[in-house]
Amino acid sequence: MEKIEEVSINNSEDIILARQIAREMAKELGFGLADQTRITTAVSELSRNIYTFAGTGRVVVKALSESAKKGMEIIAEDRGPGIPDIEMAMQDGYSTNKGLGQGLPGTKRLMDEFEIKSEAGKGATVTIRKWLR
Amino acid sequence: MDKVPTLKMGDTLILTIQVELHDKTAIRLQEDILERVYDTKPQGLVIDVSAVGVVDSFLGRMLSDTATMVRTMGVETVLVGIQPEIAITLQEMGLELKGGAFSP
Repeated sequence: MEKIEEVSINNSEDIILARQIAREMAKELGFGLADQTRITTAVSELSRNIYTFAGTGRVVVKALSESAKKGMEIIAEDRGPGIPDIEMAMQDGYSTNKGLGQGLPGTKRLMDEFEIKSEAGKGATVTIRKWLR
Repeated sequence: MDKVPTLKMGDTLILTIQVELHDKTAIRLQEDILERVYDTKPQGLVIDVSAVGVVDSFLGRMLSDTATMVRTMGVETVLVGIQPEIAITLQEMGLELKGGAFSP
């Protein structure tokens, strides 16, 4: 059974929709309350980044099943300005918006896997995964 | 969004966040809180976040800023009812809520 959901991010209400969908799937997959909250918070951060920096984009939420491992993958992608300096963006306390500068590095710490791809002028794609223990 | 529900009990202003806040409502809420503090002149402000299921860096910033602003107006803020999962998530993210005190 492949479970996949997609949310277009066009306004700040869509951030809430994305995290509701993520929380529901996390719950269905059997994640505990702490992991549900980690995943939901991570989705909130990534959705907000899309909305703040690119204006629009999409968040794809997927249930993963690899042999004995089960988990969840979230892909957040936009075609915005991209992240000029990924290393800088991944530093604690570095912020170009009104956040606390913990968005991306914080998201990475909440998840088991974190990949970021970006090209200046072409947008950004962040993929995160959490595995059921 | 409706005005935020607040309750004045003795010298304390109590506010409960009951809805999932998106960015615009969060900023409105901040302004509403400051107005209520100004109008009611409490000794202290209690913000009940026990119904809040997610505190991301945006909402964390908003709560910290609000507490700092309220302090500037001469009133201390106490955040009550932070869920354990939220405490865990904030800690792991490296988010520290400043400007107020905490109570279970």
